[in-house]
Amino acid sequence: MIHLQNVVKKYKKGVVALNDINIDIEKGDFVFLVGSSGAGKSTLIKLLMKEINPDKGKIIFNDKDITEVSNRGIPEIRRSIGIVFQEFRLLENKTAYENVAFAMEIVGSTPKEIRRQVPNALGLVGLSDKADSFPSQLSGGEQQRVSIARAIVNRPTVLIADEPTGNLDPDTAWEIMGILKDISRRGTTVLMATHAKDIVDIMKKRVIALSKGRVIKDDRKGVYDYEF
Amino acid sequence: MTERVFMTMNFRTILYTLKQGLVGVWRNRMMSLASIGSVTSTLIILGIILVLVLNVNNLAVMLEQEFDEIEIFIAEDATKEQIENLNDKLENINGISEIRYKSKEEALKDMQEQWDDKAYLLEDLEENPFPDSLIIRIDNIEESEKIVKSVKNMEGIEDIKYFRDIIEKMVNISTLVRNGGLVIIGILVLISIFIISNTIKITVAARKKEINIMKYVGATNGFIRGPFIVEGILLGIIGSIVSIFIIEFSYKYLFEVASKQLYVFSNVYMIPYYNLFGDVVLIFMSIGIGIGIIGSVVSLRRFLKV
Ligand SMILES: Nc1ncnc2c1ncn2[C@@H]1O[C@H](COP(=O)(O)OP(=O)(O)O)[C@@H](O)[C@H]1O
Ligand SMILES: [Mg+2]
Repeated sequence: MIHLQNVVKKYKKGVVALNDINIDIEKGDFVFLVGSSGAGKSTLIKLLMKEINPDKGKIIFNDKDITEVSNRGIPEIRRSIGIVFQEFRLLENKTAYENVAFAMEIVGSTPKEIRRQVPNALGLVGLSDKADSFPSQLSGGEQQRVSIARAIVNRPTVLIADEPTGNLDPDTAWEIMGILKDISRRGTTVLMATHAKDIVDIMKKRVIALSKGRVIKDDRKGVYDYEF
Repeated sequence: MTERVFMTMNFRTILYTLKQGLVGVWRNRMMSLASIGSVTSTLIILGIILVLVLNVNNLAVMLEQEFDEIEIFIAEDATKEQIENLNDKLENINGISEIRYKSKEEALKDMQEQWDDKAYLLEDLEENPFPDSLIIRIDNIEESEKIVKSVKNMEGIEDIKYFRDIIEKMVNISTLVRNGGLVIIGILVLISIFIISNTIKITVAARKKEINIMKYVGATNGFIRGPFIVEGILLGIIGSIVSIFIIEFSYKYLFEVASKQLYVFSNVYMIPYYNLFGDVVLIFMSIGIGIGIIGSVVSLRRFLKV
């Protein structure tokens, strides 16, 4: 469902962030995207979100080459992707419930749909009892769970997480991994960028390793390569 | 899917957009006030120029209709012969329908009648200041220039008063005022656009995080921009309404004062305020809204690139 073909992305100042990338991800896959800082993980995610465009190559998403899609088509692409960031990105003046509902409001969902879906999503991440708390009243792990609920509330086919455990202690990180696993089990494709070795090694999922903008390994049930 | 993305312009969306626009105006009140003030001043100056130009043009048309006359004032020391020569010459010119002699006594009497209750001012005059004159009624006012030219160098003439001359001057001045005014208004409109665009940039900055999330979730560009456009339109509309009230009330006041106080300058020569109202509302609202939209579009062009 996601196919990158010979993708090259250069930034100004001659930085080649991604070099001749070929990746195929099928529906329902759980994929770790690993590599040290600066390897090109976030760049790859930005390409999938069409935040930036590649200099070369094709990016097929749901049978459509999104490099050919005009800016008007961007919302449609993003509505089938849920995204989670390292730093949560919640709105401080909204409660957990309102933060999740916001994602539905801006795509034009009806109040009825919102009333049904938001508690569902909060339940899925185990935060039903904190619906009325503001982000400042929640722990880091809880905030990240709100942001996951927001990412899945519109029922995307793909969930992308860019270092979602980067700001969390190990125990909390494992809670988040449990939630991502649940989401994956329900049929959602999950792509998670990380450089947390222990998590990758224990999860035994597909691992795509990037180094200096190139894919250096693509293993089903892989481990984080200790060499780098 | 596609359908869902583009079908979002429903009632809730409109309500949301209007509400966010209002919140934007209210959130940075000081800058909103500055924007409204700048639109208001621009439109007030436009209003003054408009009122001036329209009235002068109106006056010119009125005068033109009423004064199809040329008045030749005869010099104090003119000889009988000179006056006769003048009369003969005029009788031979085409396009003159009537020549009438008006003595200085008649001139004084006319003036007394015209001044009516202020005529006592004329009673104290030691001697009659009015000269004798020949009043020429012409068929076609366009010809007045030619007629004046053909007699103006003749002996025994003190002065020639013809309204074509005054009317042309008035029209010239009004054209000058209009052109100068357009330049000033152009500059003021640009300043207003600049101030509004900066006001909206502040709102954009305040909502940066929200906008960022909206983009990632897949809000359409129109949905994101809508509230800012509404904010600009609101600033423009408020500015126009304020200026419409100020212009209408001041003009109404002027109109009433003019009708009461200035006897000679009767209200026939000033466009009644109720005749101006409709046009002013239409013009001011369009310009206000236009400034608002352009101001917000200018500020969004760079900021909201997806
Ligand atoms: N906006 C940018 N402009 C210039 N260089 C960038 C930009 N974003 C990332 N880079 C560079 O591209 C490379 C890959 O970055 P990134 O994709 O963020 O890596 P990762 O997420 O794996 O840490 C790095 O060398 C980084 O410095
Ligand atoms: Mg990164």
